[in-house]
Amino acid sequence: MLRLANHHFSSRLLTGTGKFNSATTMRDAIHAAGSDLVTLAMKRVITATQSDDTLTHLKKLGVTLLPNTSGAKTAEEAVFAAELAFEATGSQWIKLEIHPDQRYLLPDPIETLKAAEILVKKGFYVLPYCGADPVLCKRLEEAGCAAVMPLGAPIGSNKGLQTKPFIRIIVEQANVPVIVDAGIGRPSDAMAAMELGVDAVLVNTAIATARNPVAMAEAFACAVKTGRKAFEAGLGKSHYIGAATSPLTSFLES
Amino acid sequence: MRVTEQLLQQDLSHIALSVNSKTAADVEVALAAESKTIDDFMALVSPAATQYLEEMAAQSQQLTRHRFGNTMNLFVPLYLSNLCANECTYCGFTMSNKIKRTTLTVEETQNEINAIKAMGFDHVLLVTGEHETKVGIRYFEDILRAIRHQISYLMMEVQPLKENDYRKLKDLGLDSVLVYQETYSPQHYAKYHQRGKKQDFLWRLETTDRIGRAGIDKIGIGALLGLGDWRVDSVMTALHGQLLQQAYWRSRVSISFPRLRRCEGGAGQQHYAIPDERQLLQLICAHRLFNPQAELSLSTRESARFRDGALSLGVTSMSAASQTQPGGYSEPSEALSQFDIDDNRSVNEVIKSIAAQGLDAVWKDWMPFAY
Repeated sequence: MLRLANHHFSSRLLTGTGKFNSATTMRDAIHAAGSDLVTLAMKRVITATQSDDTLTHLKKLGVTLLPNTSGAKTAEEAVFAAELAFEATGSQWIKLEIHPDQRYLLPDPIETLKAAEILVKKGFYVLPYCGADPVLCKRLEEAGCAAVMPLGAPIGSNKGLQTKPFIRIIVEQANVPVIVDAGIGRPSDAMAAMELGVDAVLVNTAIATARNPVAMAEAFACAVKTGRKAFEAGLGKSHYIGAATSPLTSFLES
Repeated sequence: MRVTEQLLQQDLSHIALSVNSKTAADVEVALAAESKTIDDFMALVSPAATQYLEEMAAQSQQLTRHRFGNTMNLFVPLYLSNLCANECTYCGFTMSNKIKRTTLTVEETQNEINAIKAMGFDHVLLVTGEHETKVGIRYFEDILRAIRHQISYLMMEVQPLKENDYRKLKDLGLDSVLVYQETYSPQHYAKYHQRGKKQDFLWRLETTDRIGRAGIDKIGIGALLGLGDWRVDSVMTALHGQLLQQAYWRSRVSISFPRLRRCEGGAGQQHYAIPDERQLLQLICAHRLFNPQAELSLSTRESARFRDGALSLGVTSMSAASQTQPGGYSEPSEALSQFDIDDNRSVNEVIKSIAAQGLDAVWKDWMPFAY
């Protein structure tokens, strides 16, 4: 069970709604992933009418919506998008994404912290997408965020856990759940993140752009479960050299 | 003038020489490189790359799907005015052309917006000729105030404006400005632009710096292919896009590839070859391989057959069911259009084609912040 802001979620695999070739593929993939927390970009949501396919499917699936502020370049714009999301969906959950950098879509730490402080005060459960910076994660935690979402690699890059040493420090220090967001390209990356002890992962591109998104969603679901189980079972230590069979200090016993 | 200065430093004849001397080996090196340099781009648009088109298309498709997903953004041009105070030998709006001139009032523009919204569009490109006194900043402000809140993403393709005017329009909700240099060769440029403010090559070239400094979300660039050596102009376009990304990192870059077309009154007199469809596809793929993050846009200037075939191979946004005469959506007028469009299909037909290529047509991909 994943616990976020006193809410329980059965799946530790969060998914997204972008990049799919149709709304029905998206629905089937999310179902196969077993996700119960699903992010969607407010910029894609058609609020004027009730004809938004994505929203309709998500409601039918019964998942908790995690609207995101993608497109926002400043704290002000992100707060605006969060309020729009609340009006449109009634969701208090918000995935805070502020990436003014248009090439690698890397999150702006300064604007993110600023927006997090405002949104927490407004009563949102804030899940900020951020760089794998342990100090920033502590600051976001102090601001009252419900979790931190450090990146494994640039968003959509499928490069895997490039930030592993920093994720390890973040996990060690965090008092809120850690969700690795962005960069996870393969089920083995997701499993490796879970084995490190992160609480959940968010995967979108790797599922949506797979040749068979539904099968890939299942593969990720299995990997996340296995990785979590391995973490809970307690992984054995790995060493570069084997343990000496004749201990160097055994003479002390004689 | 950060970007302008760097563009002016380029030696176009040297670029022409480099492109034409590229060999198959250079193309293979370019194709194997994980991230491509401008030198690789020259290899990819060179005649030597023609035989590698299939591999270029495969790489381009894969990069595009990866970055943009299985989607295609849709937009529609809204022609507000065909008044123009320039004499350009290739354009139907050229001032000496005896056509019926008209500029839409706010009410008429509203009718167009209603018609466009009824078709489903939510991203709109406002287009005018270039007439500073009659269709200037005041007019644009009035139009934006009236329509901005009704659509999700607002783009503009009008005469180059002052930086402060871009700031004013941004405050009214302007998201994107498209300004095509037409050709990056000052000599060719002077030949085609015979009267009016558009003769000022430098003022036009400096426009993207002014747009960037004003903080506009997306900057659209391109060359009118066929005015000069299309390969050289395309190398300059690719470089232009890269320089903009470096200088104005908060703004997105969008690239278009308009090919010179026949227009009313235009002599169609080009002195350079217009790329054929095979070369156009090569160019689209070369841009994608060089710049995985750029938005690439394909208009209804191209045929339905070409658009259907090429749409999944690198393009990220398309117009559909376009009218290029002011008022054309709500009541087809006699005012003449800027150029003949080729893909005349309805929106639904275009969407079906997009779906047949395994992509999802996206109407809305932005939210107007606070307007």
